Amino acid sequence: MSTTTRQIPDRLTSPLSRALKSWEALLLVVAVAIFIANSLASPYFLDPWNLSDASFNFTEKAMIAFAMAMLIIAGEIDLSVGSIIALASTVMGAAAAAGAGTPSLVVLGLGTGLVCGAFNGLLVARFGLPSIVVTIGTMSLFRGISYIALGDGAYTQYPGSFAWFGQGYVWWVITVELVIFALAALAFGILLHRTNFGRMVFAIGNNATAARFSGIRVEKIRFILFLLTGLMSGIAAICLTSRLGSTRPSIASGFELEVVTIVVLGGVSILGGSGSILGVVLAALVMGLVTFGLGLLNVPGIVMSIIVGLLLIAVIALPRLWTKLRL
Amino acid sequence: MLARTGAVDSAQAVLSLRGIVKSFPGVRALGGVQLDLYPGQVTALVGENGAGKSTIVKVLTGIYQPDEGQILVDGQAVHFPTAQAAGHSGVTAIHQETVLFDELTVAENIFIGHSPRNRFGLIDRKAMREQAGAILNSIGADLNPMVRLKDLSIASRHLVAIARALSIDARVVIMDEPTAALSHKEIAELYELVEKLKSQGKAILFISHKFDEIFRIADRWTVFRDGQFVGQGMMADVTEAELVRLMVGRSVEQIYPKRPAQIGGPALTVVGYCHPTEFEDINFTLHTGEILGFYGLVGAGRSEVMQALFGITRPSRGACRIGDDVRAIRSTAQAVEAGIVYVPEDRGKQGAVKGLPIFQNVTLPSLTRTSRAGFLRLAEEFALARDYTQRLDLRAASLDQDIALLSGGNQQKVVIAKWLATKPRVIILDEPTKGIDIGSKAAVHDFMSELAGQGLAVIMVSSEIPEVLGMSDRVIVMREGRIAAEFAGDQMTPENLVRAAVGSNGGTI
Repeated sequence: MSTTTRQIPDRLTSPLSRALKSWEALLLVVAVAIFIANSLASPYFLDPWNLSDASFNFTEKAMIAFAMAMLIIAGEIDLSVGSIIALASTVMGAAAAAGAGTPSLVVLGLGTGLVCGAFNGLLVARFGLPSIVVTIGTMSLFRGISYIALGDGAYTQYPGSFAWFGQGYVWWVITVELVIFALAALAFGILLHRTNFGRMVFAIGNNATAARFSGIRVEKIRFILFLLTGLMSGIAAICLTSRLGSTRPSIASGFELEVVTIVVLGGVSILGGSGSILGVVLAALVMGLVTFGLGLLNVPGIVMSIIVGLLLIAVIALPRLWTKLRL
Repeated sequence: MLARTGAVDSAQAVLSLRGIVKSFPGVRALGGVQLDLYPGQVTALVGENGAGKSTIVKVLTGIYQPDEGQILVDGQAVHFPTAQAAGHSGVTAIHQETVLFDELTVAENIFIGHSPRNRFGLIDRKAMREQAGAILNSIGADLNPMVRLKDLSIASRHLVAIARALSIDARVVIMDEPTAALSHKEIAELYELVEKLKSQGKAILFISHKFDEIFRIADRWTVFRDGQFVGQGMMADVTEAELVRLMVGRSVEQIYPKRPAQIGGPALTVVGYCHPTEFEDINFTLHTGEILGFYGLVGAGRSEVMQALFGITRPSRGACRIGDDVRAIRSTAQAVEAGIVYVPEDRGKQGAVKGLPIFQNVTLPSLTRTSRAGFLRLAEEFALARDYTQRLDLRAASLDQDIALLSGGNQQKVVIAKWLATKPRVIILDEPTKGIDIGSKAAVHDFMSELAGQGLAVIMVSSEIPEVLGMSDRVIVMREGRIAAEFAGDQMTPENLVRAAVGSNGGTI
């Protein structure tokens, strides 16, 4: 072998110049623009307490979106997250009605999320079924169990201390949910971008076969990702149930699509293989600002869902335009 | 340009490229190349991997737009903004990995995009079936037009691709390594087909790494090197040595740099490996410092045995011993832990993780070593990747570049580097030089020799007899899922290998 080989440089483009041209940078600009537009459009927007209330628009969905982002990067998807919330909330409601205390309710909420995630993960990773089919199935299954348990009724007897998760404040206008959201963002950001596990998730999303041929335990990682998504759905179920103070079987319906919307808006490729947690955080803020702004302007719910739908389509189209413009 | 521009003879080129430039981020794939294709003649385009052959094919078929330069059809400048536009001008390609539709029938594949219509404007299935049958007949292909493509062999798929090319009345047919996956008999049939296309006046661009093939069927040659045009001329006026020199820019003297090996104790012992459908009763011992060749016809079960050793599939019976430990290998992760690694034949699907940069491909199985407590350390990763890719003489713009942007030969180097970085005890190379250029081939062979010299145990699965004989200390020949024979020393002759592989009478065992 010749010893006079040329040195191959590690990098040609600096991380900074890459960051400036990234999707995340564009999202940041959009978020700031919406923020400014909102504060001009409504005098009530800049009120700290209003903003604090508005954060509930996205915190619960975003918690799940972090785990969903990793799942989608790995080339899978979980459409049952809304139904996991319903089931976890039902289990907690039943336990609360039977007199369980707040600590037991939290354990039950998290446990239900984990069991549901494990069930999805087992079907996908162990039996090799396509995740979109499996989770469309479990979407009906999990919520179906809630309907059987509750029918037209509702659980409303939650202990007073349980309200802390969804209604409590850590400091001034900073809600408990906002803190959970921030901690989850940090944890998932580190997990995806700074650990071996995250690297393997990217490898699987780009080429699962080659990843297996590289000695990666592909099934194990897929299973863990479903488990994480279940866990985050459990946490979201605790927050949402606590905030509403009641459980109906229709709780969190349609969540799955809003979560996927946030993930895709965040620049995660729906085909897998690329994306970032920072993008998801920014996307959650954009979604929250849009819905809050429209709410302040008294835009009716139907129109709001039309606008969110258009936003999603624009987001699918934009990355393509974006790459075309850059080339 | 060190052009040896061949004199333009009387025939008018159907299609010419002039000064084509194509750049990608960080890579200049084509730096002003030219190419001329003449009716009724086969032009061989040769060059190492990374010379720009695949890029020029994509320019010719409208998949890439050149940054500069002209495409001339019958002397008129044209543009191919889309693949359809190229098709309209009569340019069609049969690709390295043929791009056809698995779930469609043969007839649908042939006529996709230009199916015959009935008077309602709907696809006329009957006409399509009949016309497909007629075209297949004309090329001597005995295929049922209604069979789905996924049920056909690779050779038959090539025939479908050729039939498709004929169905659009192509004037220029591009064949990108058409024989890479074919058997001897199928190759002979392909040659006949090429003659037929020539006699119909079609201009053929033939891309191949196999010199015997080029000298057998080409009329003209064009050489590219590192995205530059090097020269062109008539096959009759050139020798193999001259072409090689033009391709690599230096002369390749010793093709198989096998060094005498210091063969040590057993590194891997396989006892009674069986698989319900693929192979039966496989027994062999591999020693440290040894290169053990596995020869056989395509489908003899060699890759299947290797993939079972690597934990991709599980054997139904049998055991293997690595060094002194008996291990049951149930997953690739366990194989890597045990020190067995596998460089797959199918680079694109199983080897390279396209979308990830080069350095991340290299460190993928070594992450536990480059990280601390599960957290990535990029500096360590770059150091490891730099070390191993340099040893293999990788050509790349940067280590942060997507592996998909590399040529096939350089992708193979990254895959080999990935495994060497794990410091394995046994390395299995499955057709390590298939479809890669002479320069990269020599680098891979040289490195194999060096590895065996350092005491690594090497298994090389290869269907190229010169390679098997040139590189191996010992050769095992497989036939129909079983070990048919084993040869060493003077017994390692082409005749013995082929006899054992086909199972002819009088085969020596």
